[in-house]
Amino acid sequence: MAKVAEIVEKLNLKLVAGNEGLQNVITTGYTSDLLSDVMGNIKSQSVWVTMQTHKNVMAVASLKDVSAVVIVNGYAPEDDLIEQSNAEDIPLLVTEDTAFDISAKIYELIK
Amino acid sequence: MMEFNFKIESGDFTNAGSISSSVKRALKQLNVDGSVIKRTVVALYESEVNVVAHSHGGEVVVNIFDDCIKINITDSGPGIPDIEKAMTQGFSTASPEVREMGFGAGMGLPNIKNNTDDFDLKSEMGVGTVLKFVNYFKA
Repeated sequence: MAKVAEIVEKLNLKLVAGNEGLQNVITTGYTSDLLSDVMGNIKSQSVWVTMQTHKNVMAVASLKDVSAVVIVNGYAPEDDLIEQSNAEDIPLLVTEDTAFDISAKIYELIK
Repeated sequence: MMEFNFKIESGDFTNAGSISSSVKRALKQLNVDGSVIKRTVVALYESEVNVVAHSHGGEVVVNIFDDCIKINITDSGPGIPDIEKAMTQGFSTASPEVREMGFGAGMGLPNIKNNTDDFDLKSEMGVGTVLKFVNYFKA
């Protein structure tokens, strides 16, 4: 178990939005770019690792009580995704790492 | 009993999920069991996306009773030619643009069925599709 603030700091993630959610608890994670897959399978209190950068990401994250979203490969989140992240207080984080690498690093921290 | 009505515009991905979000809030206020809320929200979100991605637009009628929530989603076509095929995991007719956004994995309708207690899907080509589902609140 970890808080979002801890993974941001330890893994050098860029906090783009959703600062209010930095104390959200992370107990597990899910890595996927298919929204229906995430909708069907992600657990609450997850960190969601994805390459999707559009607004619907926050709709899914909010509906599924996700603790934070990590966008991989240094991709830039779209403006309305950033706005939505602030509205939902779900931190939106960006890493230069690949989905594989960052998932492994997060796993090491929270296992 | 509470009734809510919503409209869904074709192609309006920006607002997909807003109805689910409203219903989630309403169910939370009514202290409905968390697992029922989760299942309802998954089914409703997938339904919203289906109407946005595949139809000319439609409407959602939500009825919340003491013991269950009933949701009817009606669209104005074009309709589903083969429901059995549409219900198959992995089968999708979504456009490449829609798939690029991470939709159209062929999981929507199976997700809806798996997350509802009663599920009824009827469609007539050239007329439209009606999806009705019910989730019961546990005591």
